[in-house]
Amino acid sequence: MDWLGLYNYWVVVILMMAGFYIVIAQGNLVKKIVGLNIFQTSVFIFFISLAKLDGGSAPVYVEGITEYSNPLPHVLILTAIVVGVALTAMGLALVVRVHELYGSIEEDEIHEQDGSD
Amino acid sequence: MIDQLPALPVVITMAAAPLVMCLLRWPWLAWATTTAACWAALAATIALLHHVLDVGTVSYAMGGWEPPFGIEYRIDAANVFVLLIIAGVSALIMPFAKRSVESEIEASKIPFFYCAFLLANCGLLGVTATGDAFNIFVFFEIAAIASYALIAMGKDRRAVMASYQYLVMGTVGTTFLLIGIGFLYIMTGTLNLNDLAHRLPEVSDTNTVRAAFAFLAVGVSLKLALFPLHLWLPNAYTYAPSMVTVFLSATATKVAIYVLLRLFYSVFGIEFSFEELSMNYVLFPLALLGILIPSIVAVFQNNAKRMLAYSSVANVGYIILGISFATTLGVMASMLHIFNHAITKAALFMALGCVVYRAGGTSLERMAGMGQRMPWTMAAFVLAGLSLIGIPLTVGFITKWHLILASLETGLWPIAVFLLGTSLLAVIYIWKVVEAAYFREPLAENANVQEAPLSLLVPTWVLTLLCVVFGVYTPFTVGIAETAAETLMGGFL
Repeated sequence: MDWLGLYNYWVVVILMMAGFYIVIAQGNLVKKIVGLNIFQTSVFIFFISLAKLDGGSAPVYVEGITEYSNPLPHVLILTAIVVGVALTAMGLALVVRVHELYGSIEEDEIHEQDGSD
Repeated sequence: MIDQLPALPVVITMAAAPLVMCLLRWPWLAWATTTAACWAALAATIALLHHVLDVGTVSYAMGGWEPPFGIEYRIDAANVFVLLIIAGVSALIMPFAKRSVESEIEASKIPFFYCAFLLANCGLLGVTATGDAFNIFVFFEIAAIASYALIAMGKDRRAVMASYQYLVMGTVGTTFLLIGIGFLYIMTGTLNLNDLAHRLPEVSDTNTVRAAFAFLAVGVSLKLALFPLHLWLPNAYTYAPSMVTVFLSATATKVAIYVLLRLFYSVFGIEFSFEELSMNYVLFPLALLGILIPSIVAVFQNNAKRMLAYSSVANVGYIILGISFATTLGVMASMLHIFNHAITKAALFMALGCVVYRAGGTSLERMAGMGQRMPWTMAAFVLAGLSLIGIPLTVGFITKWHLILASLETGLWPIAVFLLGTSLLAVIYIWKVVEAAYFREPLAENANVQEAPLSLLVPTWVLTLLCVVFGVYTPFTVGIAETAAETLMGGFL
């Protein structure tokens, strides 16, 4: 039962590995960016999960409630999401440039064009 | 004023970045503003250095929120030294940048270029100055995203692919950092590095903390291009515009090394990093392989810029070697090499920037005959090359000397022999460039090449002479490196 209780973390692990695998295994530059996104998103879920307190309420002060979820990781992840969006934009902009310059976004075709250098 | 000093270098560069972008129509003014910002940041850093050497560690509460709740900027001898390197190099390359950038970047993009440069500068200064784990991640990303843009502006189309490759590996690295920070936060409930250092010992005997350590170590190693995680570096440095290569080679990996030092020595502490987890057994062989293999690869390169990029990976190896000894002398040698390698490599890449400006490239064929055509540039290259090899009276010798002392102190005398052997490899690859430049006839199209203009030559020579000055007059650098090493070894107080 303990294993099921860590449900969120299993999702994180599976997403993380899936994303990382895509980054490594895919030769398509856009798919690599998608993989990076999944990889980063898993970390966001990880942070949000660790903030949750069983039975904890939203961190708004109300009389009679003594347990709150930790709001700090949520704030951190807001920042990290912004960083992630900037990275995705940067990555996709580079892919557009690559497509203009090489006429392809497949890694092996690009390396073929550049020769062994 | 003096209270605000710790934040100033970061704030000045960050505030100047959007300003520069507004100067779209006037590339010249964009350059002037960037230069002013870099020199102002340097002035603030020098004032900060004096202040820190006088009174010791300075703590600055960002926005007035007291640490450990708010973000703290914590400046001690170790990071003010790294701040000085970043601010110093960025200020010194700005006079060089003007003509070099004009010749390599389209006029309409120049303000964007300087904006990205300022952001990269701000990010690196921020990583160094901050005392907050999450802040390190954010500034790392600011610096990284800006440097992806800078690298992609290289003339060769391969620059874009190099930048993409760097983006993928860099993002994996910083995301690993983020995971590590998350684990530390679960266990301690704090993000402040100083606070972490105090709270970690209680919980250090858990797998969560060990996992945090592993993620942080791998993430930072990716950023600092520790062999074999260096694959993004050679292409990025080779195809980036000359000025970007100078800046990144002198600062980007150094800042990541500083973070590694800070985490291993101050946050986790020597006992945890080196006795319980035996990181010396991981870092030591990687450092040796990282010195040997990239040096051999460098020997076989046909492009001088790429050759020096591989030599940068090898020099990261030297710095990591010093760290792996886990002694004050070893860390001191590493801190010294961070400084010494920064100025040596910056001088070398600047000399190559002069060659690119006149001869149009740095392949050995293009560099042929440049010894006669560009005597001052090549003389600077040779002098800085001697420093890279580690000839006495240059800064390269000072670091190798301290590394050898540190290895003898730990009883590893074969390392001294190894260091001499790898210096010979540096002799070979520097000689290949010298041979092409002085003993071969230039290409027909380069027959009329002139000496580089003074605005390129003067900054190159300033850095080259610094390699000699600090090689002869050592009390300044050795003194700071020693204080920095003692601060790092002592952990937080």
